[in-house]
Amino acid sequence: MNVEAIKAIYFNEMRRTRKTLLQSIASPVISTVLYFVVFGSAIGSRIQSVDDVSYGLFIVPGLIMLSLLTQSISNASFGIFFLKFTGSIYEIMSAPVSFFEVVIGFVGAAATKSFIIGTIILATAGFFVELRIAHPFWMLFFLVTTCISFSLLGFIIGLWADNFEKLQLIPLLVITPLVFLGGSFYSVSMLPEFWQKVTLFNPVLYLISGFRWSFFEVSDVSVTVSLVMISVFLLTCLATVYFMFKTGYKLKQ
Amino acid sequence: MNLPQPPIISIRNLTKTYAAGEQVLKGIDLDIKQGEILALLGPNGAGKTTLISTICGLVRPTTGTITVGGHDIVKDYRQTRKLVGLVPQELTLGAFDVVVDTVRFSRGLFGLPPDHARVDEILNDLSLLDKKDSIVTRLSGGMKRRVLIAKALAHEPKILFLDEPTAGVDVELRKEMWALVEKLRLSGVTIILTTHYIEEAEEIADRVGVISDGRLLVIDEKQNLMNSLGKKQLVVDLRSPIEQLPESLAGFDVELSEDGYRITYTFDTQGDRTGITTLLQAVNNAGLVLKDLNTSQSSLEDIFVNLVHSDNER
Ligand SMILES: Nc1ncnc2c1ncn2[C@@H]1O[C@H](COP(=O)(O)OP(=O)(O)O)[C@@H](O)[C@H]1O
Ligand SMILES: [Mg+2]
Repeated sequence: MNVEAIKAIYFNEMRRTRKTLLQSIASPVISTVLYFVVFGSAIGSRIQSVDDVSYGLFIVPGLIMLSLLTQSISNASFGIFFLKFTGSIYEIMSAPVSFFEVVIGFVGAAATKSFIIGTIILATAGFFVELRIAHPFWMLFFLVTTCISFSLLGFIIGLWADNFEKLQLIPLLVITPLVFLGGSFYSVSMLPEFWQKVTLFNPVLYLISGFRWSFFEVSDVSVTVSLVMISVFLLTCLATVYFMFKTGYKLKQ
Repeated sequence: MNLPQPPIISIRNLTKTYAAGEQVLKGIDLDIKQGEILALLGPNGAGKTTLISTICGLVRPTTGTITVGGHDIVKDYRQTRKLVGLVPQELTLGAFDVVVDTVRFSRGLFGLPPDHARVDEILNDLSLLDKKDSIVTRLSGGMKRRVLIAKALAHEPKILFLDEPTAGVDVELRKEMWALVEKLRLSGVTIILTTHYIEEAEEIADRVGVISDGRLLVIDEKQNLMNSLGKKQLVVDLRSPIEQLPESLAGFDVELSEDGYRITYTFDTQGDRTGITTLLQAVNNAGLVLKDLNTSQSSLEDIFVNLVHSDNER
């Protein structure tokens, strides 16, 4: 295992992050504050508490997930896409590294960044509501697993995309709707029955539900199902990456 | 007794067909000697970049085998790639990178622990030390090329590939590049460079391989190549014109110019006897008066044009 190479890729990506630190942290923090002002205070004061949790508090896990998912995908996809775009990927392809070492470096860095952002949002939320975390271990577990899985997905998207439009297509057209419709800002039980059924096909629902359970012990679906779903998602991403590695997908001719 | 050294790179029956296209490499066999400077000479589209990219692992061979330092490039890629540094044809550098960071990155990527002093030394060798903290995209083309070379040398490879190092580079920079290549060779690095400038191959290479249309047409010591393929010409200018060549010159490969003032004799430099003396005697015997005498040797360019030409006729 070429540990030096993993370190080199990881810290190189982290350095890129540091250079854009302000904007990468400022934007999720600002939007979180805005969500709190709009949903938490303005609208939330008119909404009853959901499952005995005040609405402002209820949306915290969903807000974190929203940023986590979009940030993980955009960080990881941009890193690898940019190398392809400038052509400097030649160096990694000619280096004595395995595909998995490359993935660990890139995905590790993107996941770290998302994790930091998630933590900052959680802290920001602490200014608006009184946080309670019933199961800190599981909260951390969902946080970390989500960062890793969606960074993996981002890496796959970055490899697949051959132009900027494609790079932004999936986050915009798929991820954002799934997050909004996945119960970030409401409990699924508030929906009409038909839409409740439809929502069950939304993988993000299981993430948010499990994450919310770790805070308040209330959830839309059982925690076990959430755990199974996130594992399945993680494994699917790993399998896809492995397939890409085997075929040299879009990299090697 | 000195045993002949095994080749540092050995290529057998290499072919490459890109997914979308026709065959680009059509059976390349090539041994590269340790410590030599090999120039791969060929027109655009000949397959030079494809050949280099295949050895470096960027392109999968369709058939054939390649070993570097005795290791197979596919099975033992970790060993082979550590030995090799690649400077690509295009000036590909990430936009926000700082010179010293990107060189340190390359070193780590190839598995070596950080060594800031060594990286500074490499930058210094390439006259880049004062640009250490510059952002790569703000550098001139020549400087970017040097950064790419520094990156390729960061893991202290035994073999360096330079893909068209002087394409689009002005004369001065080209000379600098040649000096640099010479310096690297003295440090024991084997250098393979591609070029479509004949003068470049002629100037710095020990051996020259000519590639055209996916085939390695010929490879030889630069001097041998010129000797075996090169022809010399003896040009004899006469004081007064003649109508036709004298009988005594019938056995020679000679031509008379249209105005009758010039006789051109073409001969191989390979032969023991060039025949010049006999020819001059014959000229003298025929009573012709000489005004001037010149010899010229064909350059690699002529050789190259000849080779590619006859290859196309096949
Ligand atoms: N990625 C690719 N896919 C398909 N064809 C390619 C690719 N790269 C190069 N070629 C073709 O292969 C041939 C050789 O190209 P190349 O190796 O770049 O030649 P050179 O470096 O000698 O100019 C050209 O005809 C080129 O169009
Ligand atoms: Mg080329």
